[in-house]
Amino acid sequence: MMENAWLIPLFPLLSFLILLLFGKRLKEASSYVGILLTLASLVYSILVLFERFSEPTFITKFDWLTIGDMHLTAGFEVNQLNALMLFIVSLVSFLVHTYSKGYMQGDERFPVFYAYLGLFTFAMLGLVISPNLLQTYIFWELVGVGSFLLIGFYFYKDEAKAAAKKAFIMTRIGDVGLFIGMILLFWETKSFEYSEIFAAVDAGAVSGTMITLTAILIFIGAVGKSGQFPLHTWLPDAMEGPTPVSALIHAATMVAAGVYLVAALFPLFAASKTALLTIAVIGAFTAIFAASIGLVQTDIKRVLAYSTVSQLGYMMLALGSAGYVAGVFHLMTHAFFKALLFLAAGSVIHAVHTQNIEEMGGLWKKLKLTGPLFLIGTLAISGVPGLSGFFSKDEILVAAWEGGHPILFLLALAAAFMTAFYMFRLFFMVFTGEARGNQQHVHESPANMTYPMILLGVLAIVAGYVNTPWFGTFLGDWLVDGNKALEHHGHAEGSPLIMIAATVVSLAGIYLAYLMYSKRSLKRNWLSGTGDTLHTILTNKYYVDEFYQMTVVAFTKGFSYFLRFIDVFLVGGLVKGVTGIVQGLGAAGSRLQSGQVQTYGAVAFIGLAVLVVIFALTGGYLR
Amino acid sequence: MSSVPASAFLALALILFCIGLYGALTKRNTVIVLISIELMLNAVNINLVTFSKYGMAPSITGQIFALFAISVAAAEAAVGLAVLISLYRARKTVNIDEMDTLKN
Repeated sequence: MMENAWLIPLFPLLSFLILLLFGKRLKEASSYVGILLTLASLVYSILVLFERFSEPTFITKFDWLTIGDMHLTAGFEVNQLNALMLFIVSLVSFLVHTYSKGYMQGDERFPVFYAYLGLFTFAMLGLVISPNLLQTYIFWELVGVGSFLLIGFYFYKDEAKAAAKKAFIMTRIGDVGLFIGMILLFWETKSFEYSEIFAAVDAGAVSGTMITLTAILIFIGAVGKSGQFPLHTWLPDAMEGPTPVSALIHAATMVAAGVYLVAALFPLFAASKTALLTIAVIGAFTAIFAASIGLVQTDIKRVLAYSTVSQLGYMMLALGSAGYVAGVFHLMTHAFFKALLFLAAGSVIHAVHTQNIEEMGGLWKKLKLTGPLFLIGTLAISGVPGLSGFFSKDEILVAAWEGGHPILFLLALAAAFMTAFYMFRLFFMVFTGEARGNQQHVHESPANMTYPMILLGVLAIVAGYVNTPWFGTFLGDWLVDGNKALEHHGHAEGSPLIMIAATVVSLAGIYLAYLMYSKRSLKRNWLSGTGDTLHTILTNKYYVDEFYQMTVVAFTKGFSYFLRFIDVFLVGGLVKGVTGIVQGLGAAGSRLQSGQVQTYGAVAFIGLAVLVVIFALTGGYLR
Repeated sequence: MSSVPASAFLALALILFCIGLYGALTKRNTVIVLISIELMLNAVNINLVTFSKYGMAPSITGQIFALFAISVAAAEAAVGLAVLISLYRARKTVNIDEMDTLKN
């Protein structure tokens, strides 16, 4: 099976091509093409995943380009991480394809939507089986394109257009870092291959400073893609895209690509203490930073977006604390419960036609399926014991503690508290209490939207049990099996106190949310009311966007005006001068061609006279 | 008889030619232009006759050549005037600066 794993990304590519060519004719039937082909990918991915449990890593490559004695290769690799990612991506993609059939029904550009989904899925699956940095980079940019197209799907809305551009540009900034890091690594190790890079790092062929430098540069790429501070601002804006897209790209798969990249290059990062510390600090800061913004947002999707940023920060913190398994484990569980939350949020939006949670309320009785499923997702992300998020979060907290960063550990704990609080704030405001908005035709979503949610709900509950301190650490053991560089970064046995602390914190968050938003025994503004300084800062997202607007954007604009000035006056003037000379010559020439025989005669005579003069002066021979 | 030097004939021819050239290049009336061209032709005839008498190898050929030129010039004048009349019928003008169809 594994030797043909390259087929997995090709199914969605086929779907993309078919829909590109025949989408207009297929209309709503396009969805079946997309669903069937991603189902094929999913089935194949599951087979590959199970085969990888028992067999060693499969890797194959062929020479792609030969420059001098340098060989650039292309190929694919199925190691543990890649097999797991294949499964996650194809599963979420398949479910989102199914869900979109209901959600996007009646949209004018329905086939185009499915075509874009196919393109994105192809790129993401290609990304996770790349055996070298160059190929990774190509697919890395391709997922960026897919994300751009899908965020801007409602391109007639100005916000969507702006958000798509913003996402593309912000991630590009990170990509520049990745690109420089990649080239530096190639320069040092003469190879893009992961295995050869690791071998060179292991053998000490690369200096410590260079390892730190390249690792941090590559991490900048991950910062852009995974929405880490300070390049996080594009991710909440990306919520302008259709909700299934938010679930697929901006929650479960593409934004996790940054985490995946750090995990895939983990031996490189592990060789530099500074790089690891940078990752951990950025991750922990992002986790608490985004969580605090999430406390006050009123758009259901934006709350989820900030929670995504915060959870990605968690994963980075785990990887930075050398908790390889913890990071990958949380990546997996997060993909399930965050996709579930987004799909459930989509179902809510589908029902009430608004995204403002102030206008919702009391939907628990009206949405009999979506409500409980949303609750499952909320419980999972809050880290309530027994659900998947609890185990992975615990693993991260243990990694942070064992990594020797007590401050980062406390930050993570505080972020966990905030997460529990704002997620339950969201839940209580949407599903309990009185209906606040104008809700007439509230109805449960059709079956093709609820079934994917049910499956994700089940996974959000049980996915944690593959790696628990109680029932064995199957996932952790498997992930590091046979990998020398990772052996010390497997499951860490943490003190039960950490688990208790995590539980207490998450329950406290839930209880506070309950008091404020459901029981209402605490006023909503007891800490900071609307209009207070703290509240204003948070609703304005710490003014990061405004800061960028004033500094980077203003500077870039000024610089571009300067360049435009040069272009218009210097370059343009030069061009105009050249054309002016040529045109002048032409005009003078055409004035001679007046059609007046007399002029021609005069010219001929003058010419003759000149010739005669020359003849007389030179004596007949021109030298 | 032979007291008139060759240079005098040549000077006469030169003056005639220049007058003809000036007229041909500057006059607007096509009839004048045609007359000027006749002047230039006759300047050439004078040259031919002069060299048949005073040239390096004097012979009668030059004079015969001049006679030919005169008869051809007569024919040419007839054709030229015919063309001019037909042009006048078409364009209602004999002004040469309005005859600019060569331009297109």
